[in-house]
Order: sequence, then C-alpha cells, then structure tokens
Amino acid sequence: MHARALTALAIATIAACGGGDPRSGDTAAASAAASSSVDLNGAGATFPYPIYSKWFSDYATATGVKINYQSIGSGGGIKQLSEQTVDFGATDGPMSDAELANAKGGMVLHFPTVLGADVVTYNLPEVTTPLRLTGALVADIFLGKITRWNDPRIAAENAGAALPAKDILVVHRSDGSGTTYIFTDYLTTVSKAWGAGPGKGKSVQWPVGLGGKGNEGVAGAVKQTPGAIGYVELAYANQNKLPSALIQNAAGTFVPPTIASITAAAEGAVAGLASDSDYRVSIVNAPGAGAYPIASFTWLLVYEQQGDAAKREKLVDFMKWMYDSGQQSASALDYAPLPKALATQLTARLDRVKAGAPR
Amino acid sequence: MGSTPGDRIYRLVTTAFAWAVPLLLGLIALEVVVAAWPAFRTFGLDFLTSSQWDEVRGNFGAAPMIYGTVVSSVLALALATPLALGVAVFLSEFAPTWLRQPVAFLVDLLAAIPSVVYGLWGIFVLLPVLREQVMPFLADTLGLRHTPFFSGAAYGPSMLAAAVILGIMVLPYISAVSREVLMAVPRSQREAALALGATKWEMIRDAVVPYARSGIVGGIILGLGRALGETMAVTMLIGNRHEISSSLFAPGYTLASVIANEFAEATSALHTSTLMACGAVLLAVTLVVNVVARWLVWRVSREGR
Amino acid sequence: MQRTARSLGLRRATNAVMLGVMNVAALVAVLPLVFILWHLAREGASSLSADFFTRMPKPVGEAGGGMANAIAGTLVLLGIASLIGLPVGVGAGLYLAEQRTTRLAVAVRFLADVLNGLPSIVMGIFAWQFLVRPVGHFSAAAGGIALGAMMIPLVTRTTEEMIRLVPVSLREAALALGYTRWRTSLAIVLRTALPGIVTGALVAVARIAGETAPLLFTAFGNQFWSLALDQPVSALPLQIFAYAISPYDEWHRLAWAGALVLIALVLVISLLSRLVTRSRFGGSGD
Repeated sequence: MHARALTALAIATIAACGGGDPRSGDTAAASAAASSSVDLNGAGATFPYPIYSKWFSDYATATGVKINYQSIGSGGGIKQLSEQTVDFGATDGPMSDAELANAKGGMVLHFPTVLGADVVTYNLPEVTTPLRLTGALVADIFLGKITRWNDPRIAAENAGAALPAKDILVVHRSDGSGTTYIFTDYLTTVSKAWGAGPGKGKSVQWPVGLGGKGNEGVAGAVKQTPGAIGYVELAYANQNKLPSALIQNAAGTFVPPTIASITAAAEGAVAGLASDSDYRVSIVNAPGAGAYPIASFTWLLVYEQQGDAAKREKLVDFMKWMYDSGQQSASALDYAPLPKALATQLTARLDRVKAGAPR
Repeated sequence: MGSTPGDRIYRLVTTAFAWAVPLLLGLIALEVVVAAWPAFRTFGLDFLTSSQWDEVRGNFGAAPMIYGTVVSSVLALALATPLALGVAVFLSEFAPTWLRQPVAFLVDLLAAIPSVVYGLWGIFVLLPVLREQVMPFLADTLGLRHTPFFSGAAYGPSMLAAAVILGIMVLPYISAVSREVLMAVPRSQREAALALGATKWEMIRDAVVPYARSGIVGGIILGLGRALGETMAVTMLIGNRHEISSSLFAPGYTLASVIANEFAEATSALHTSTLMACGAVLLAVTLVVNVVARWLVWRVSREGR
Repeated sequence: MQRTARSLGLRRATNAVMLGVMNVAALVAVLPLVFILWHLAREGASSLSADFFTRMPKPVGEAGGGMANAIAGTLVLLGIASLIGLPVGVGAGLYLAEQRTTRLAVAVRFLADVLNGLPSIVMGIFAWQFLVRPVGHFSAAAGGIALGAMMIPLVTRTTEEMIRLVPVSLREAALALGYTRWRTSLAIVLRTALPGIVTGALVAVARIAGETAPLLFTAFGNQFWSLALDQPVSALPLQIFAYAISPYDEWHRLAWAGALVLIALVLVISLLSRLVTRSRFGGSGD
C-alpha cells in the first residue's frame, strides 16, 4: 500500500519536474522489443564494449532477443562466469589454466570476436603531430623512470614537437582488465625491467600513476587532465578525439594504430591456427613492417555444456550472427574484423557448445 | 500485560519485528566475517600492515586502504568541524527566527544528496578547480611544494579531493547533532552567564559549549563514522591507488572504494576473501565509532532532559 | 570564569569578531549546496527532455537516448525495498514505542542507530554473499532487499519518534472506552501518528533512492527495459555512476540529467516531509 503510494508520488515528482511521464517509456520499450525480460546476461571486458553495445542493440532490433552486457572489466567477466552468475563472459586476456580449472560450470571455450588495439593516448594540447614512442620509452614512462614530458629521450624521437616542461601524469586501470593484460604483455615483451618488476597480468602493481575504472575511466581521466598519459582501446581514443601515439614495432617502423595495422599484426598468428586450437593466442610485438605492436583478439567465454537448451540456442544463434553480419559493423567502430577464414572456422566450432549438463 | 489473545498476538508480532534489527546486524557481521576468514587465515596480522596488492602473485595487504580511509576521514573532519560548529552556534544562539528554519533546512539537505551525485559534481567541478587553482596555489604561491604534504604532480584525483568532498558530506551530520545538543542547554546557563556580565561570545564559550561538549564530540564522531564508510564519491575522486603517500596531492585508496572497484572482478577466491576482509575491517571500525558516538550523544540528551 | 583583567573594549571587539566568524561559517556551509544545485540545474536542465524519460540508452557514440529503463528500475527497486523495509520498520517502531524500557527495546533502539551508520558498501557485499551467490545470478530482488534492509533502522526510529508524539491522554481515553490494547495501538495511536510515519517512510525512501554501493553487486545494471525481479535491473544511481566515469560527452549530459531527477525527487520529499511535520506538530523548532 505504501509502496504504491510512493511509486505514484515518485512518478508525479518526475512528471512534475520534467514534463515527461516514465510510463510512456513502457510503450517505447515495448515496441522496441516484444518480450519484456532479458534473454541472456553477460559481463566482462570494457575493451570491446563499444562494438558489443552496438551488436546487442542491433541484434535486439533484428530478432527481439535481448542480451544484457555489463562492461565491468575482463577480470569481472572471468569471475562472474566462473561463479555462473552470468551466461557468458568476455575478456581480452585469455583465461589462465588455473582460472579455467576454477570455473564451476566445467569446460570454458574461448571464442575470438574481433581484433582491437591498445593505444597510448595523452593530453598535450601543445603537441600537434602524433607522438612517436618506442617500447622502451613507454615502459620507462609507466615505470616512473621518465617523469617530465620534455625529457631528452622523448625529445630524441620527436624532433620538432613542442614538448612542454610538464609532469607526466600516468593513468592506468584500477580494475582487473584485459586491456591491461595486453599492455603489460607487450611491455614484458619489450622491456626486461618491466618483466622483472610489475610483470604481466590483468592487474599489476603499478609503480606510478592513478587508477581509472574501465577503459571509460582511463579515457575520461586522460581527457580531463592536461599532461596525462594512459592506455585505452583504440575505439575509446577515436570516439573521444584523443590522440594516439605511433609505436615502434618489431621491424623498427613507427606505426599508427589503424584497422590495417591491426589486421597486419594478426595475419601471421592467424595463419598458423589449427581448427582444434583453443584460440588463446597473443599477437603483441608481431613481426612485419606494417604490424601495430599492441594488438589483440578479444574473446567471448562460453561454457561447453550450457545446461539450458533454450539459452544455448539463443547464445549460439547470436554468435553465428556475430561471425556473419556482426563483423561488418566492426571497422566503423575501429575494431578489425576477423579474417574471413577464421570467422568460418569459428562458426563451425560453435557446434561444440552443447545443451547438456556440465560435467 | 497481555489481557486478551489479540493483545498477546499483537505483542508477539511487534516483538518479532523488533528482533529483526539485532538479527540483521548479527547476520551481516557473521556473513562478512565468515567470508573474510580465509584471507585473515592466510595473511594474519600482515594483512593490516602490508602494502602489497599483487594479484599476479596473490599477495594482499590492506595498509594503504586503512591509511587512506583514516586520513581522508580525519582531514574531512578537520575541514568540516569548524564550519559545522559555526553553523550550529549561529543557529542556536543568534540567528533571527525567520532565518533559522531555512538555513537549518539547507544544511540538512546536504545530507540528502546522494553520494554518486557528489561524485559527479566532484569530477566535473571540484577536480578542475583543485587541479588548476587550489593545488598550484598551495604548491607554488605558498611555496609548500617542498613539504612532504604538498609535493608531486597535481593530478586532480587525490587524497585532498576525497577529503574535501567528504568534508562537505559530513558537515550536515556534525551540525545537526551539535545544533540539537546546543538547543538542549538550559536557558539558566545562558542567563547566568549574561547576568555575570559576560558578552555573548563569552557566554557561548564559557557557559553553553562546555555544557554540550560531549554531545558535540559525539556529533563529530558520528560524522567520522559517515566519512569512514562513504563509498561512491570517494571512489570517483580519490584516484584508486594502492600506495601510502604523505602527499595530499597523491592518489590514494579507501577500504570502501577498493571493494566498490574490485569486488565484481576478483577472480581468485583469495582476492574475493581479501575484499571481504576489507569489508570486515570497515565494519568493525564503523561499529566501534558509531557505538562511541551514540553513547556520547545519548548521555547529553539524557542529562539535558 | 571571567578574567576581569581584560578591558571591556577588547572583550566587545572579540565578541563582534567572533559573531562575524559565526555568520561567515553559516554562509560558507551553505555554499557547497548552492554550488551543487546550481551546477545540477545548469548542466542537467539543458539535457532534460521528454526523451530522457521515455527513451532507452543508446549504444556508445550514438546521440540521443534516455534513461527510461533506469527510472523504471529505480521504481522497481524502491517498491521491493518498501515492501520489506516499511512493515518491519513500522512493526519494530511500534514495539519500541509501546515497550520503552524492556531490555530488548533499549538494545534495539541502540542497534538501529548503529545499523544506520553501517557503510552501504558493506550492505552490498553482504547482499552479494547472502542473496546473489547462492542464487547464482544478479537480480532486482537482491538489490531491492539490500535497500530494504537499509530502510529498516531508519523507519524504526522515525516511527518510534512519531508514535511518542501521540498524547498519552488519547491512548487512555481509548482504553477507558473498552478498546483492547492492540486495537488502541493500531486504530488510535498508529492512525494518529500515521502522517508522521508516512513522512518518515518517504524520507527513508528518498535516502535509499540515491544509494549506489549496495546495487553494484546485486542489481548490477541492465541496458534494456526490464521489470523482472529475477533479472539484473538498471537504476538511476548506477547509471549516473557509469556515465560519470565514462569519456563520452553525451553520457555526461545524461548523468547530469539523471542526477537532477534524483535530487528533485529528494528535494520534493524533504520539503513535503517538513510541511507535514510542521503543520502537525506545531510550527517552530526542530
């Protein structure tokens, strides 16, 4: 009785201060999708969130199947999947063997969805041409060994750039993240000091800097802090008109992060993938003159034994759509679509997802 | 007591509802402590003193969070207490009657603003002001850059930002309690002081405030309890860094914000348990603080009657 | 007590200075509120449109969209919370008012105050451990129950206060007329105190309407329209948090608008409650 009175009051309040009535949202929402509850719940990586939010929105429009995805970080995706609080997880750092063994629902399969890149982004209004950084420079900045923007080592690679005499403000992730995994995977590959220090992982002990929650949080902090440097997924940098540094690759070229340079990084790795692979592959510091060095697959995590036939069907149907129509919207959001052959191979692999009870 | 069956049933039902309160508190404490046990067993007392927070190697210590929680809260009290007392005395001693209600209402309204709204305002309004004006002013204009407390780069998100927002947030609690206990001071106290020739200020200082002292202290401790457990606004402004730094410009962490940030994604059982342990420490500290505060406030309001 | 050695002039000057300081303190204390409300109005109003209440969130980077699902979610959560928090709180409050001095009453009164000071994030991890983990998924129900648990101590204390304001003579008159105790308590005392209790309930609802921390690991958030109790659900504070730390201007605007709606809700309820209590229990004094 009180609850109803309260609800009425709340509605009246909202209507009074906004002139709109939330109940009309019913109709808008109802027309958007016939069913009124969510069909599948997923959670995880923020790195592919822009493309996933587009996919799930388009898919709901096309089929009426609603898939709720919360971007809480790759660590979160793995945890919630392991606890079976969600129907699927998403990550950009593949699950470790220990994590796989911990999953309560049995065997977890990694399905690559798209390719993305970590970009080193910064907030330097004075610098108009893209910064050029080597792996060693990036590592030393994030180790706190280089603290000023006008450090001679940065200047040496950026002749002619008006580097300010400002403190470098490092921004990293505060949550367990695949974006961090890719970044530290790369830094461990190119810097001995990094490997001996913070190391590689979804969350590491950062020597310097402040933490932002999610790719959103890091991009937001860099955007609002002059002198900041951070690492985010390419889509986040481009969407927010944040600059991306050119990174020197294994061949010695300074490469910008683009669809082409990400695809180039994946080519070598993809060629050697057998159809019985578990697809947990790293493509950082890839060979080839055109390859961008901090690129990665991002994966959906799915239990092999779903335990619920209806859910299994919805999930597999969505993933088939994703490997077909979904791939076409990737480039517009700065993700590289999977090579055709790989998408076909993965569609066939979906047969491994069964409706049976977990073993 | 109960004379008819109806009375007995009624009494039974209300008693059952009353039991809900202690049971709920007991259940919360039990669940959190049980879930935190593996972490306490693994790390022992090191948990409270270690600054490690290394998921890669499974080493966790809560010292930076405990430090951050205490420092941000104490700083917040240092900022809020003088203001809150000023408001309380102003309202109880010499605000014109027509002004009393509106000012009290406005200050109390600060307590009604949701934490997440404070955080939003903090990110877009407070942080730029701190980064571009306050921090340079403290570091350069006042030349405090070389003291350990105002050194380092001015990021914006920092212990200072958290302390400022917490100060605003606890102000209404301190002022409301102080106002109550000041109002409870008997008129005879004031009249006696004035009759002895005291000025209004001397009356407040020597006759009114000492009489209400323990209630005011209770109010301050109540504010401390609020500040210690505050989550969202702090999470959005403190910078989320597992490190103890003397500089107020440096980012920090609190027990509440580490839970908010990491709980949904702690993959290992130990990490989850560690966060539960942070919750257990927070729970223990806030319970003690609240019990002390309540006791002090109660004592005064009883004396006042 | 008085140090007569100090000249009267100095004492008068000190007096004037200190009175000035008090005035300034009162002014400064009100400033943050003015600033916050001003920014909310300025930033929020510009992006508050009919769309905000009727549209769903758009995918990243697409303009437009609203928070219809978050508003609905908040209403659902508050409904569940009220269903739990109000009966228990009112019942416990009745007990406290009727049995003032039993050991249980003293303990409950004290523990309710302590529970009020419990950090909301602790309520969040408790709810996850107790409601989400055993069930196996996030849900509106878990979020609502967590909020309901936060309401209990608030409603308990306000109910007790309000019932205590009912004159004893009224109760005695009813008993003298041959009413049984329980009917006196419910039909006479509770009914007399009802406006005050409803006000207290509203204030409790307003306070939990803005809670984010208990929802992070319970209601979890949902970008779709969902009213199902066993599914994750969105809520205004959750959405404001997610949008505030995001890098998208479009989302920042929505966050401000959401915050404005939340504050409007709280403000209206606070003002209403003040009017009700003042008109009932005499005009002056708190």
